[in-house]
Amino acid sequence: MSQQQNPSHESGAVVAPVYDDAITKKFVIATVGWGAIGMLIGVILALQLAWWPANMGTPWTTFGRLRPLHTNAVIFAFTGNFLFAGIYYSMQRLLKVRMFNDTLSAIHFWGWQAIIVAQVIALPMGWTQSREYAEAIWPVDLAITVIWVVFAVNFFGTVFTRKVKHLYVAIWFYMSMVITIAVLHIVNNLQLPVTMTKSYSIFPGMTDALVQWWYGHNAVGFLLTTPILGVMYYFLPKAAQRPVYSYRLSIIHFWALVFIYIWAGPHHLLYSGLPDWAQTLGMAFSLALIAPSWGGMLNGLLTLRGAWHRLRTDPILKFWVVAISFYGMSTFEGPMMSIRAVNALSHYTDWTIGHVHGGALGWVGMAGFATIYWMAPRLWKTKLHSESLATAHFWLATIGIVLYIVAMWAAGITQGLMWRALDESGQLLYPNFMDTVNTLMPFYWIRLVGGLMYLTGILMLGYNLAMTISTAGSAEHDVAAAK
Amino acid sequence: MSRNETDHWHRRLIEGNGARLAIFTTIAISFGGLIEILPMASLKANPHTLEGIEPYTPLELAGRDIYVSEGCYNCHSQMIRPFRSETLRYGEWSRAEEYAYEHPFQLGSRRIGPDLHRIGGKYPDAWHYEHMRDPRSTSPGSIMPPYTWLHTATYDVGEIYKTVGAMVTLGVPYDASETSLEAVTSSVNEQAAGIVARLGESGIDAEPDRQIVALIAYLQRLGVDGREAIEAASADAGDAEHTGGAL
Repeated sequence: MSQQQNPSHESGAVVAPVYDDAITKKFVIATVGWGAIGMLIGVILALQLAWWPANMGTPWTTFGRLRPLHTNAVIFAFTGNFLFAGIYYSMQRLLKVRMFNDTLSAIHFWGWQAIIVAQVIALPMGWTQSREYAEAIWPVDLAITVIWVVFAVNFFGTVFTRKVKHLYVAIWFYMSMVITIAVLHIVNNLQLPVTMTKSYSIFPGMTDALVQWWYGHNAVGFLLTTPILGVMYYFLPKAAQRPVYSYRLSIIHFWALVFIYIWAGPHHLLYSGLPDWAQTLGMAFSLALIAPSWGGMLNGLLTLRGAWHRLRTDPILKFWVVAISFYGMSTFEGPMMSIRAVNALSHYTDWTIGHVHGGALGWVGMAGFATIYWMAPRLWKTKLHSESLATAHFWLATIGIVLYIVAMWAAGITQGLMWRALDESGQLLYPNFMDTVNTLMPFYWIRLVGGLMYLTGILMLGYNLAMTISTAGSAEHDVAAAK
Repeated sequence: MSRNETDHWHRRLIEGNGARLAIFTTIAISFGGLIEILPMASLKANPHTLEGIEPYTPLELAGRDIYVSEGCYNCHSQMIRPFRSETLRYGEWSRAEEYAYEHPFQLGSRRIGPDLHRIGGKYPDAWHYEHMRDPRSTSPGSIMPPYTWLHTATYDVGEIYKTVGAMVTLGVPYDASETSLEAVTSSVNEQAAGIVARLGESGIDAEPDRQIVALIAYLQRLGVDGREAIEAASADAGDAEHTGGAL
């Protein structure tokens, strides 16, 4: 790559530093491995809803215990490792310096994997706080805090020892994750331990709900959105071989996004006992979020100007375009669902599940796949084993997402309408709750098919990656010199 | 790059300085949380604005732990919205004060099964016993898995005693006479015996130390407290339809 294409906007003579790519490789492999496991659990859950005997009759395999394992595996194991891979790869190159401390990098990697393993054991055992995406019990929460501090020291150490003056936009987005996740995790996990596996949140009732959804919504914001935008700002221009469309737009949408996102949590508690003013603030800021979100989407899509013809042949650009499109769709749908009148129908239904998966499968997953397909040949100094397999993965995943989301829209709206339907005398048209469940079964089977397709896709990525690695050069290439 | 933006003030002040970028980002993300959470956290959700809200009994706390541990909240909400279609199906809409002693909250976010906020007293104890053993025996067409292990696994009174102590630390107003190990033990035994007796009347031979007994105790308590005051408030308002949310 020439300096012209380097999104860091920096040029001039820099002594070639030696980057640590061994750590990035580990995170890449962990991403694919945990991703496959997390998605497999998702498929099992989908089957359980369509066919209850799939709960398998043991305490450890019921929907109630496995669902948190699915969400945690996909958020913290799949997305977490993907982000760390993308961040370790790109920040060294953007800042023209090796990661601050290799030992910290190693502690970060192995500590994070140990936390995930602890969750894989704890959640099926029923050791949980029951607060969504913050189910981890207090000893695991402490471990997360320690490992996050290790990551933060490594991150800021690298920032402060950088060899370039200017911090490229990707770094800002990464930094917003490092800071905000720390704040969210610590405040939301203020708890009183009772036994080694049990604790109680210090916040009571509605306050606890508000704090939890302030956390929950911003885990989406600052783990599943801003750092992935950062990854996009580095890897998309690389893949498209075009500079970022607008630097000014990236500044404006960054500051607007980090300021506005944090307010939106109460939209999870509309029509609850939360005070009206807080509900309204949550709704208003959720609507305002469209602007900075679409700023990022447009900046991404317009970066592809002049490169659209390459979409026909390049699977990586295909993944990016679908990822950014789903980002745009989800960040339109979310604010719509935050409007009280819409939320009255959508809340508690599968519409929410569809919305989440538009973001998770469409945006996070596809961005992750694009990044890994781009990094793998460069990390292992070889060619990707099969471009056509990557293209097949793309189509399988895309069709899988569409099946999944459309099934969930249909299921959610159907059930929401049945719950509220009244007959002519003003009584419930479907007083038996089970009627509103059994109507959904065809949609649940379609969702299962969509999920299976997406799971097959990541297995194809795993195979492609393994074959790519097997043709790689020897370990001495782990220490890559900058070009 | 075609554009030369090196001279912009924000580039000099912020984007070239890691510490400043970190500080400004921290400030930007602080407003929303502070403004939304601080008033809620300082304004104690006062249970006394609603008559009759009392803390859970020790056995109910054990049942609540089982509810949490089994992940019941993944499929069942405990928050009835102020719509006619919801109050018809589930009963009075949920008031903030009713959650005053909930650590952690159990509002839920998805109704794969029905809302449980007012399940207390809706069915006899035997219904719950059978429902947890075989959901389809009481609810044909249910997709809930059986929870047969609750009928054999036991709860631990020593842990319940610790749990009550934790609740006291968190500010839940138990009477000092209720929190000793002896008081907790006798409270648990008394309530469990009552449930076992009612199950016996339905021809079910249950042991009092089983988890299912604690879970039944918890479920039968849900949405019971304050019911009279809530019904009176709704009658005053003259309609089951409310805009909702006012604290």
